[in-house]
Amino acid sequence: MAITPLLMPKWGLAMEEGTVVEWLKAEGDVISEGDEIVEIETSKITNVMEAPSGGPLRRHVAPLGEALPVGALIGIVAEDSDSDADIDAFIEDFNANFVVEASDGDEASGPDIVSVGGYDLAYQRLSGGDGTPVIMVHGFGGDRNNWLFNQDALAAQRDVILLDLPGHGSSTKDVSDASLGGLAQLVLDFAKAIDVGRFCLMGHSMGGAIALEAARLGGDTVEAVIGVCPAGLSNQVSSTYIDTFIGAERRKAMKEAALMLFSDKDLVTRDLVNDLLKFKRLDGVDQALDALRDGVIAESNTSPIDISAIQAPVLLIVGEEDEIIPLSADLPSGGEVIRLPVGHMAHMEDAGSVNKAATQFFGTAAA
Amino acid sequence: MPKQTVREAINQALRQEMGRDENVIVIGEDVSGGAGSDGQRDAYGGVYGVTKGLFGLYGEERVIDTPITESAIMGAAAGAALRGLRPVAELMFVDFLGVCFDQIYNQAAKFRYMFGGKATTPMVIRSMIGAGVSAAAQHSQTLYPMFTMVPGLKVVLPSNAYDAKGLLIQAIRDNDPVIFLEHKLVYDTAMDVPDEAYTIPFGEAAIPREGDDVTIVAFSHMVNHAITVADKLKGEGISVEVVDPRTTSPLDEDTILESVENTGRLVVVDESPPRCNMATDIAALVSSQAFDSLEAAIELVTCAHTPVPFSPALEQLYLPTPEKIEAAVRKTLKG
Repeated sequence: MAITPLLMPKWGLAMEEGTVVEWLKAEGDVISEGDEIVEIETSKITNVMEAPSGGPLRRHVAPLGEALPVGALIGIVAEDSDSDADIDAFIEDFNANFVVEASDGDEASGPDIVSVGGYDLAYQRLSGGDGTPVIMVHGFGGDRNNWLFNQDALAAQRDVILLDLPGHGSSTKDVSDASLGGLAQLVLDFAKAIDVGRFCLMGHSMGGAIALEAARLGGDTVEAVIGVCPAGLSNQVSSTYIDTFIGAERRKAMKEAALMLFSDKDLVTRDLVNDLLKFKRLDGVDQALDALRDGVIAESNTSPIDISAIQAPVLLIVGEEDEIIPLSADLPSGGEVIRLPVGHMAHMEDAGSVNKAATQFFGTAAA
Repeated sequence: MPKQTVREAINQALRQEMGRDENVIVIGEDVSGGAGSDGQRDAYGGVYGVTKGLFGLYGEERVIDTPITESAIMGAAAGAALRGLRPVAELMFVDFLGVCFDQIYNQAAKFRYMFGGKATTPMVIRSMIGAGVSAAAQHSQTLYPMFTMVPGLKVVLPSNAYDAKGLLIQAIRDNDPVIFLEHKLVYDTAMDVPDEAYTIPFGEAAIPREGDDVTIVAFSHMVNHAITVADKLKGEGISVEVVDPRTTSPLDEDTILESVENTGRLVVVDESPPRCNMATDIAALVSSQAFDSLEAAIELVTCAHTPVPFSPALEQLYLPTPEKIEAAVRKTLKG
């Protein structure tokens, strides 16, 4: 009897509207929770939306190619017993009462700041279930918003803490200690400073190396750790990418760098490139990136992390088409490995698989 | 990220650069206000309040109120720049630059060249441009085409708060004279602006809207009109790309040409009288460099060849408006 609306999702804090590009399920298909049902384009990136619940997909409401605000009605899931007239009435009623949520991206959604090790570290904490909180550590040149497609899925079970590393996002730009050990210790000190107790870690790329090393140093304060396309294994970080990114002063060069991140090149939009440039043009960022290249990146290339010395369970999620940290034949033993047919930004390109794997892995680790 | 207006973004850029480099000074009429009188200092902070608060932070040695003598302001700034300071000279209205034009185009713009590259002139001239507030013929012009044609000057036209801050910091750190022109009608428009200092290189256009059917190249406040039109026509399935060159000297020719090569149609919007302006300049560029890509005649939306009218009704007739821009876009799509 229940008519369930499918709504335009909000991926990350900046998203205000999205456009339905393609329906992956036809009207009349019976869908299950978690099915990929519709492809939605935002100004930043295109992603697929998964069904929040199951049932017959009765109606495609959003017209293709039209930008709709977050929260707008895009489709209807309803039982066969619900008549078309009921559905029409539901849609009419919904749209009549629909109010676009005011987007004041200001104070309300700004990051918290904590002083640790001489840095002001910016972070955001999303409240979730009773599970052990997870600290998310982005990669080189990224920031806490890189987890936009993952944060809500993980927050269904646990608090999600999105960290900006030094030199990135809203944290201090001056990186005084860019070594792998220094940054790993910083993550542990950060966890202590915000009083999370025991926690999980999930890191991407350079942040993956930092998360794995933090797990090694942290002993039993770390419950489980996931490295997504992590540095610090036996494979090498592409110096072409790092040098192109650091050298990119204008859009063309930055686009060249961004294209290496994804196997689906269409995901690189002008906004994504502009956002990277905006970050790069902040005072102090060039010096920070230089320091990280010569510190943690160089170090993780020459002295791989000893995965077997990590007390917590380890999951590695890698992209088979990763151009930044190409998959090496001999992934280290001691951790579970999931391979996905995507590029370096696996957590964006195949958010559904990464979220599923992460949720399951963290859940098992706690049991 | 905090939202800031153009006014706040410019103020923050000045604050941060003055804090970063003690050679940066601000000089102009009433940039603090109250100098030489018994009243309160910093009462004014510039005619539109853009330099408000700098006096309290940096004092009268670095925030210098001048007499109403435009040639002295520009001459002092050019000389100070030659001697190693980084002056940001403010002239209330660009219309007044005529009084001190020799100091700018014949002196500051020529120093590096005439001293065999041994001298640099890191000065910024901030001034206000634009019509739309019934400020009449002597306080409403844009005049940037006149500066753009002078070799040795760089000319910056921010259309929004993010660009205003990054371009002004770039201008202050630049070693050549830069004319930085702020449109009166954009001061109160707000957007996300990082609190940290950042720079935007000169000669890099922004593309605030991407599209495949028609390219609109617009300058300063006209960019906002172009965006309005692009968003409106999107609803009709007409895909308009908006190119904001951000600087007219240097000019990002590549981005303009690439856009027209993709769309095949061009509208240029310039709040200047119709002859010898940026619209004619860009039309010439595109017709000589991308003629084969053009599928329709280039449309120019400019002002009338008349002094800016005082009457609000006439002023609207004089100005490029979203309606005129939309009509021009539709014209390129006919046939």
